[in-house]
Amino acid sequence: MTREQVRQAILNIISDIAPDEDLASIKDEEKLRDQFDLDSMDFLDIVMELRKRFNLEVPEKDYQELVSMASSVEYLFPRLKDNELVS
Amino acid sequence: MRPEDRIVITGIGLTAPNGNTLAEFRKNLLEGKSGVTHFETRFMGEVLAGVCNFDELKYQKKKSLRRGTRAGSIAIYCSQEAVADSGMAFDSVNKARVGVYLGTTEHGNVETENEVHAISKYDYDTKYWSHHHNPRTVANNPAGEVTLNMGITGPHYAIGAACAAGNLGIIQGMQMLRLGEVDLALAGGVSESIRTFGIFASFKSEGALAHHEDPTKASRPFDKNRNGIVCSEGGCVYTLERLPDAEARGAKIYGEIVGHASNSDAFDYILPEPGRQAECMRLALDRAGLKPEDIDILNTHATATQLGDIQECKAVREVFGMDGRTRINNTKSYMGHTMGAAGALELTGNLPAFEDGYAHPTINLDEIDPECRLNNLVANTPEKLDAVNIIMNNSFGMFGINSVLIVRKYQK
Repeated sequence: MTREQVRQAILNIISDIAPDEDLASIKDEEKLRDQFDLDSMDFLDIVMELRKRFNLEVPEKDYQELVSMASSVEYLFPRLKDNELVS
Repeated sequence: MRPEDRIVITGIGLTAPNGNTLAEFRKNLLEGKSGVTHFETRFMGEVLAGVCNFDELKYQKKKSLRRGTRAGSIAIYCSQEAVADSGMAFDSVNKARVGVYLGTTEHGNVETENEVHAISKYDYDTKYWSHHHNPRTVANNPAGEVTLNMGITGPHYAIGAACAAGNLGIIQGMQMLRLGEVDLALAGGVSESIRTFGIFASFKSEGALAHHEDPTKASRPFDKNRNGIVCSEGGCVYTLERLPDAEARGAKIYGEIVGHASNSDAFDYILPEPGRQAECMRLALDRAGLKPEDIDILNTHATATQLGDIQECKAVREVFGMDGRTRINNTKSYMGHTMGAAGALELTGNLPAFEDGYAHPTINLDEIDPECRLNNLVANTPEKLDAVNIIMNNSFGMFGINSVLIVRKYQK
């Protein structure tokens, strides 16, 4: 997967778990929680969807890496770059 | 009785398989319109069910629909509709003095089945089990979702009482108002039962799941050719208030709860016991200071199982005899068995009789089972009465939990 594909994959997950939000205005450097109505259970959903869609485990100590879109791509790209885009 | 112990119904919100408002529900009950249809369920394919089609997004965002449960959505819809119907200025109501008391037959089966199905796609690896499973399956989930949605900070909990739960939710609300625990009770019952295959499969294994080539004719209480229950979803919530509070704000009053009773058969897991059912009806009458002949309409619980209907008819004959004036009807013939919602929905479908004077019939009664003979059973067409002032509602459940409510037309 390319960086852009990783970013799109994260966007797809967020759009599924926060279906009322308009993600077109997302600012990649800002915290997701400051921009959208997301709580800790939603972040667990992101972790679960990464597990389901990419067979990727995010250990609890790394949850903070998912705080923004930019940090998520930075963290996930090396772990997903060899994945085929499946979702 | 102190005036503040008189508890009245001031708002009604409902979703039934044949109506999403009281007006629509009542119209369909008087026109004989069923809400039973074909329904696809996991592992069993097509079954018959009563399916609700209310607008889930009227009061919820998509995210809360995803996080919550079907029962929660039904509870929210009914609670919001009840408050809107009550005409009260809910924004200025003290939310710490509002209680939510919802009857459920069962809760959590749907969500657990869904999770087991979901992890079956991952070779049953439990790391794919959702973190939402616990909040979705706690028994107070439907009532809890109402408090989140409406900002209610008073108590909320579930009344688990099998198929008597709808009546018992109302009884709980009434009692909490009398105790002074709350000033407004959102009370009734809900069911998401049709979203689990297990309830269909279990009734089928009992030999008690209705089948008929025409879904609208499948639920046929008292009929000689009845063959079981149609499982349904639904909900009905009242705003209950103390009479002085309701009068002070000029509320529309649907009726006053003047009698209630609940007891247990102590007899069997599933088979009802007519002696205890009769005792329950008599206790409710005694508490209301009424005699059987004072009841204008008795709405039966009968679910169209072979034995259950016979048992209830024995109880009704014991209390009401075969020469009284009370009209007897049944609502499950239209919508199947809405489980935790049944008591509340079935009582509600009769409340407009205070105004329009009609006893809605039980439909699908082509040939009466001789063991289900009842005096003044209103069959297939509505009956206009001179006046309707008092309605009794039976609601019974597994483990012999019985409940009876008596509602009187409002009089000062």
